[in-house]
Amino acid sequence: MKIRLERIAIARSGDKGDAANVGVIALIEDAWPILVREVTEERVGEHFKDVCKGRVERFELPNLGALNFLLHESLGGGGTVSLMLDAQGKTFASSLLELEIDAPEEVVSLCDRVLSGELPGR
Amino acid sequence: MSKRIVRVASGQGFWGDWQEAPKLQVRTGPIDYLMLDYLAEITMSILQKQRERDPTAGYARDFVPLIAGLSPELLGRGIRVVSNAGGVNPDGCRRALFEALEEIPISRPLRVAVVSGDDLMDRLDSLLGDGHELRNMETGEPLSAVRDRVQSANAYIGAAPIIEALRMEADVVITGRSTDTALTYAPLMHEHGWAADDWDRIAAGVVAGHINECGAQATGGNTLFDWRGVDLEAPGYPIIEMAADGTFTVTKHESLGGRVTWATVTEQLVYEMGDPIEYITPDCIADVSTIQLRDLGENQVAISGVQGRERTGLLKVSIAYRDGWKATGSLVYAAPDALDKAIRADEVLRARLERLGLRFDEIRTEFVGAGACSGRSPDHLPEAVRRGLPEVELRVGVRSSDRAAVDRFTRELAPLILAGPPSVTGFAAGRPRVQEIMAYWPALIDRDAVERNLEVEVSHA
Repeated sequence: MKIRLERIAIARSGDKGDAANVGVIALIEDAWPILVREVTEERVGEHFKDVCKGRVERFELPNLGALNFLLHESLGGGGTVSLMLDAQGKTFASSLLELEIDAPEEVVSLCDRVLSGELPGR
Repeated sequence: MSKRIVRVASGQGFWGDWQEAPKLQVRTGPIDYLMLDYLAEITMSILQKQRERDPTAGYARDFVPLIAGLSPELLGRGIRVVSNAGGVNPDGCRRALFEALEEIPISRPLRVAVVSGDDLMDRLDSLLGDGHELRNMETGEPLSAVRDRVQSANAYIGAAPIIEALRMEADVVITGRSTDTALTYAPLMHEHGWAADDWDRIAAGVVAGHINECGAQATGGNTLFDWRGVDLEAPGYPIIEMAADGTFTVTKHESLGGRVTWATVTEQLVYEMGDPIEYITPDCIADVSTIQLRDLGENQVAISGVQGRERTGLLKVSIAYRDGWKATGSLVYAAPDALDKAIRADEVLRARLERLGLRFDEIRTEFVGAGACSGRSPDHLPEAVRRGLPEVELRVGVRSSDRAAVDRFTRELAPLILAGPPSVTGFAAGRPRVQEIMAYWPALIDRDAVERNLEVEVSHA
C-alpha cells in the first residue's frame, strides 16, 4: 500500500558543515528492509532537490534499524555563512517523513500499533 | 573485572541550554560526574570576539554562577564536574569561579583544574612556518589563503589532560576545545582504568558521550515518537551508567520528566552522524554500526557490543575566519493571496537593490509559512493550500564582502511597508542588524604538534 514514511519510521536531522544529515529509524524490525528498498539515495535526492546541490550518500546501520543520509551542499554554505532559516537542517527529518513509499499492509498495521502504544516497537 | 558502575550525567547540551537541568541532575538522585558541554563549531569565534573586547572574557559565563551555587552540594555528594566552559579563556573562567566562590560557604576548598594548549591562535604563524598547512578539509585550500582573517583556531583535544586532572584530584575540570564526547569518556577511562589503547571500551565511552552531549535530545526532547505524550516541563537529562567492561545503560532520574526508550536514544545516536563506521575522535575511531541496543523498559536502554579501532595520528582543528557581512530581515503578508503578495514584494525589493547597483554574493528569499522549513520551493504547494494560507512571512537575507551594500539592504525593507504590496505588517523589530560572518575552516594537524603543549594545572579556592 502507498503510505507516507512516517507510518513506519521516525527520524532526526542535523548539520555536518554544509551537509545535512538525516537519520531514519524503522519502528519495527520488519520495517527495516522496506526502508532499505524504498528510501534510496535517488528518492531522497529527488525529495530535497530544491535545496540539495551536491550528492546524497546513504549509510546502513542494520543493528539500529536505521539509515543515515548525508545531503551534501544543502545548507546554503552551512554554519554562520548560511542565510537559510533552517541553516542546521533541523527540520529535514520531519520533511523526509512525508515521503511517499510502498509498504506491505501487515507491516504498516504492526507499526500503527507501535505508534499507538499497544506494541513496544524495536 | 570490577562490577562497579560509574554514572556520568549530562547537564548542558549547548551554551544557552536549560539552567535548571544540571541542578536537577545533582539534587534528584545519585551521580558521580556532571558533564557540561557548552561549545559548538561557531561558539569559539564568538568567545574569541568577546575576549578581544575584554581580556577577562571568552568563556561560557553561565558556568560560573551555576557551579559556584552548586559547589556545597557537589562537595557534599562527591560529584565531580567536567566541562569545556573555558572556551578560549579557561584560566579566566577559573578566576571568575574563584571570585564567585568567595561568597559561598563550602566545607573545604574546591580544587579546580584548567586544561590549556588547545588554543593555537598565538602559535599559528610558527605552525604554518613549520610546514603545517592546515588545509581546509572540504576545499583543500591551505590556510595561508585566509591567514590575515583568522579569528580563532583550536584543536579538538582528547581525554589525556582531563584524566590527568582527575588523577590530581580535581573536583572541577575546566577545558577549552575538548572534544564534546571526551567530557563523558575521559572520566569513564579514569574511573575504570581503561588503557589508552583499549579501543573497544573507549569507543563505548564515545558512544556514551555522543548520547550525553546534546542533553535532553536523548531523553525525549525533539523526539518524533509520540511527541505529544512526553512530559517536557522538567525533563531528566541523560545519565550514563557505565560498567568496567564497556557495556552501559542510558537512563535518567526516575522522578523527573522526559523519557528514555529505544526511540529517544536511537534518534540521538543518528544525530549529526556522518559515516557510522568511521566516527573519528582524538582517542579512537568508533564503529557506531556495531552497537547492540536493548530497551529494558522503565527508562533504561542497554548498550553493548561497541567496537573501536586505533586512533589516528591527527587532530581536527576548528578555525574561524572573517568572511564578509550578512543581514536578514522579514515582513509579514496577510490573506487573501498572502504568498502572492510576499512574492511580489520580493520582486520589488530585488529590483530596487539592482537599481542601486549593489553587489551581493547571495540574496536568499524564503517564504515562511509556505514551506521554508521543508527545503522545498512553494511551487510544490497545491493550489488550494496556496490560496488558503492565512499569512506568509517574507524572509530575505543577503551576504557580501562589501559591508556598505549589506547596510544599504537593511534600509530597503522598511520602505516596502508604504511603497509595496498591501496587507503588510511585522516590522516591529526594526531594521535588520548587519553581522560579520565568521566562516568555519575545518583542518587537520599532527597530534604531536598540539599535544606537547597541553598543560594541566590544579589550584584551589
